[in-house]
Amino acid sequence: MKAALTPALSVRNLHVATTGTNPTEILKGISFDVNPGEIVCLVGESGSGKSVTSLVAMDLLPKQEIRPTGGAVLLNGEDILTATPARTKALRGAEMAMVFQEPMTALNPVLRIGLQMEEVFLAHRKMTGPDRRQAVFEAFEAVQLPNPPRIYDSFPHQLSGGQRQRVMIAMALALKPRLLIADEPTTALDVTTQKQILTLIRQLQEENGTAVLFITHDMGVVVDIADRVCVMRNGEVMETGPVHELLAAPKTDYTRSLLAAIPSLTPPEPAGEERGDIVLEVSALSKEFRLGNPLARLIGKPDHVVKAVDEVSFCLRRGRTLGIVGESGSGKSTVARCVMRLEDPSSGAILLDGHDISTVQGGALMRARKRLQMVFQDPNRSLNPRIPILESLSEGPMNYGEDRTSIHARAAEVMEIVGLDPTGLLRYPHQFSGGQRQRIAIARALLMEPEIIVADEAVSALDVSVQAQVLDLLDQIRRERNLSMLFITHDLRVAAQICDEVMVMRNGRVVEMGPASEVLANPKHPYTAALIDAAPGRSWDFVAGQPVGIPVPS
Amino acid sequence: MIHYFVKRLLMAIPVMFFVAVFVFLLLRLTPGDPAIIIAGDQATQAQLETIRENLGLDEPLLGQFVTWMGNLMRGDFGVSLISQKPVLTLIGQRIGPTLSLALAAMSLTLFFALPLGVMAAWRHGKLLDRAVMIFSVLGFSVPVFVTGYVLISVFAVNLQLLPVQGYRPLSEGLVPFLQRIFLPALALASIYIALVSRMTRASMLEILQEDYVRTARAKGLNESVVLFRHALRNAAIPILTIVGTGFAMLISGVVVTESVFNIPGLGRLVVDAVLARDYPLIQAIILLTAGIYVLINLLIDLSYALTDPRVRYQ
Amino acid sequence: MTDMISVRAARARRLLALPRPGWLTVAAIVVLALIVLAGAFAPLLAPFEPTELNSMMRLKPADATHWMGTDSYGRDLFSRVLYGARISMIVGFSTALGSLAIGLPLGLIAGWFPLADGVLMRIMDGLMAIPGILLAIAVVALTKAGLVTVIIAIMLPEIPQVVRLVRARVISVRNEAYVEAARLLGTSSTRIIWRHLLPATFGPMIVQGTYIYAAAILTEAALSFLGVGIGTETPTWGNIMAEGRLYFALTPSLVFWPAVVLSFCILSINILGDALRDSLDPKMKARG
Repeated sequence: MKAALTPALSVRNLHVATTGTNPTEILKGISFDVNPGEIVCLVGESGSGKSVTSLVAMDLLPKQEIRPTGGAVLLNGEDILTATPARTKALRGAEMAMVFQEPMTALNPVLRIGLQMEEVFLAHRKMTGPDRRQAVFEAFEAVQLPNPPRIYDSFPHQLSGGQRQRVMIAMALALKPRLLIADEPTTALDVTTQKQILTLIRQLQEENGTAVLFITHDMGVVVDIADRVCVMRNGEVMETGPVHELLAAPKTDYTRSLLAAIPSLTPPEPAGEERGDIVLEVSALSKEFRLGNPLARLIGKPDHVVKAVDEVSFCLRRGRTLGIVGESGSGKSTVARCVMRLEDPSSGAILLDGHDISTVQGGALMRARKRLQMVFQDPNRSLNPRIPILESLSEGPMNYGEDRTSIHARAAEVMEIVGLDPTGLLRYPHQFSGGQRQRIAIARALLMEPEIIVADEAVSALDVSVQAQVLDLLDQIRRERNLSMLFITHDLRVAAQICDEVMVMRNGRVVEMGPASEVLANPKHPYTAALIDAAPGRSWDFVAGQPVGIPVPS
Repeated sequence: MIHYFVKRLLMAIPVMFFVAVFVFLLLRLTPGDPAIIIAGDQATQAQLETIRENLGLDEPLLGQFVTWMGNLMRGDFGVSLISQKPVLTLIGQRIGPTLSLALAAMSLTLFFALPLGVMAAWRHGKLLDRAVMIFSVLGFSVPVFVTGYVLISVFAVNLQLLPVQGYRPLSEGLVPFLQRIFLPALALASIYIALVSRMTRASMLEILQEDYVRTARAKGLNESVVLFRHALRNAAIPILTIVGTGFAMLISGVVVTESVFNIPGLGRLVVDAVLARDYPLIQAIILLTAGIYVLINLLIDLSYALTDPRVRYQ
Repeated sequence: MTDMISVRAARARRLLALPRPGWLTVAAIVVLALIVLAGAFAPLLAPFEPTELNSMMRLKPADATHWMGTDSYGRDLFSRVLYGARISMIVGFSTALGSLAIGLPLGLIAGWFPLADGVLMRIMDGLMAIPGILLAIAVVALTKAGLVTVIIAIMLPEIPQVVRLVRARVISVRNEAYVEAARLLGTSSTRIIWRHLLPATFGPMIVQGTYIYAAAILTEAALSFLGVGIGTETPTWGNIMAEGRLYFALTPSLVFWPAVVLSFCILSINILGDALRDSLDPKMKARG
């Protein structure tokens, strides 16, 4: 049984560097194997080189910018690095296949799904038209897509994200390749869809005995799908091992810190029941978006009305954090944007200390805004790239008439509070990392001395270790300044760690609301339960370093 | 789809209306008496009267506009001040050579520009790419009349392969027609090829970065399938757009090219009209070319729907 | 340390930190500088008066006194080309500046006020539908063909391009999170436009300005060449070629020299424009 001993993919001391006059090493001699029938997870934060590894294996690197400089990548013993382009082309799609991160952009928008599927057979097999069509239908059925003939005739934009990812998987597995590479295949999907896709990959992999190289940044996903794990950092493999062994007893400090940064799904014990006074009360808030055009109206066609937010009510108390949790399209961000008056609510009231601000304009709106500040999701876009940090920070206080000397003194102070060096004030946003930029955005909000901070997915774009630090910072600031926080997130783990109360939204409506410890531990609504059930890595207790359910030894 | 079509059609109407308003106001709002502007300083009172009557200049501005638009709607574009013939007749006599020239240049463009742009993007950073880029900057920078004279002196004067100047209609035989249309069409197409190949390259380069191109390669498809089936169709919209907006540039080029190669087309007609201050004729030619421009761009808008299903299902 | 002076210093350092230009760009700058200087100092540099007739010296080839030879009236071609540079530079610069100055506010209005957008953009579409040369010809036909008229005539068709560019930029920046953040900081609309939107249009506008500069010089030459530009008594590159074409078979240098200078001039400006665009948007580097 020599064949079984040959790994499907064997990466041997692989070096990859950028081209150009100043080459930098992206991969610094990494080695690992993926055996037939096993799923190996390549885990790492951004910049670790995990995606580059997959592109080398598929011979899909943009060779003008990045190229391998040493080592070997063996597919069933055959070196990809030395193979001719014609040979790797023949292997791609047949012997090795890949599923990408973004299902929305991975399919060609102007070609029918059917044609894009058939191309796989056209490229690698001699088949007649009807045979191909039949094979496509079978592939669609294998990934549990409903109504294959309809999917066959569809264009990508007519399918949901989950359906598109199923099409991608069908395409990848159509010719039963020995190796499947999945590069963050579920990162862009909602948790419930993610769970379905992970289950599907697992199931098909077991049926066909495929070797899977699964790339992810999410330790939760690793728990759910991996047989073995390979932790990467800055182009090096930190450690490799069977999943439970590695999670329970990490050998390196880096893996340990990575695991420690993962927020637990179990909320901490509520810290006292002190009930502050209500600072923000939202009642029966609704927001409709009308999609229509004058021409359609002219011929009497009614506008298409989308109810993004439907009669949402909640209270936020001083010093507390309320989390709004939901999947994409649930309306959670629209609620935040209405509260901030970036959108005008269609109906309902927003009471700030008892005064309705849902319709105020001009000076009254300006006074209200000083008390409410927001931290946006993407720190790359929320700071003007053309002006130095100091000017971004002073903009608000200057609008409210504070003089420069005093603003500058306070700006330096706030920079220290958020953990940055005040000398950085004269630099530009691009000179900071993503996490640092998010700290600057927090500093900008703090300079306004608000009573309420609205954080819209404020840590979603950050790596897990940075995410933990920024969450700590937000929580610390809230406690020290007795601020209230409205925290919008799709991530239940994050919500569990930072929120006192949680409000679960779906399709613009509130599904369930209550103290975080209660909602997340004993969900009353089936949707909340499904959401919690779908949270990746639920079966592993990252704090205790063992599967959930085993009592912690004292 | 029909929705999209009607919307585009309705948007073209105000555009044409503004062109008409603009052409109308250009004469009326120029400082000085329009009749004197047209007839010149030495005109007799009788001449001025004829022009005023001819253009209805004595009426109030709004009245003039309504009458003028009414005439346009009925297809009455006015009478030439010089030859006293209806301007549409004059235009009809001259439009043949111009259309032949424009179409020949357009065909040359599509024949050369698309493959050049696609190849340049495919061989990005390589010799072929550089060559295409240098050619396109040159094409932009060398004026049409200079290109024209270079072509004349090389192919007609020195090599004596082709006639120097002139025009023969297609009805007098394909060979004489092609012999005389080839050099002017090439001169005219040089800018257009530069423009379209540059846009094709840029658009292709952008599309080649897209995830679905990577997906296509990951399937093990041939590079030609990736380039033409997957990339070019997606790159088409900016290319089509530049073909459309570049049409105005093409017409500007036609005027100059006709002058260099002595082709009796609309370009020459309009230059003669300017020298004779025959304003109704200038007006009609502007309206006509603007109309063709709007029509071509309308067709291009519709072709988006054919290339992109997302537009089709809007 | 954290005062306004050092903020300005930080800004200046950033502006100066342009990438090192390639040799082609340097060559383009040198050629362009030479042409600008030649135009500016034409009265000092020209060995002859550009309009000085000499019936004894008609259509002479180049020699030590007449570096490019003479034209059909015996005028010194070199001097005329120098003076031509002057006209071309004035036309190019005024057109670029004028169309940017008019297009910028219109583009800001169209991008910021959705109500004005529809009407304004249809007007601009209308203006774009008229081929540039025809529009210029119509304007020239109605007025005395002077320098100012020609500049206005060339400027008109360039304006819609600027308006479209500024509008597109405003619309994309308007929805950026940092503009929303500014609104939340209590910044007024005027100040948002002034502080966040306007600076974002500068880069693309400078690039567009160089392309307009080149296009204007080309159009002016074409108008002169057709005989509907600046009066024939003025030495412009287009006029020199228009006269020279009559003697093309005999003395091709009359067309050749202005054509070479004109082509090099436009080529340099376009290369410079491409280099500027690449340095403003490194992502576009080596793209179209």
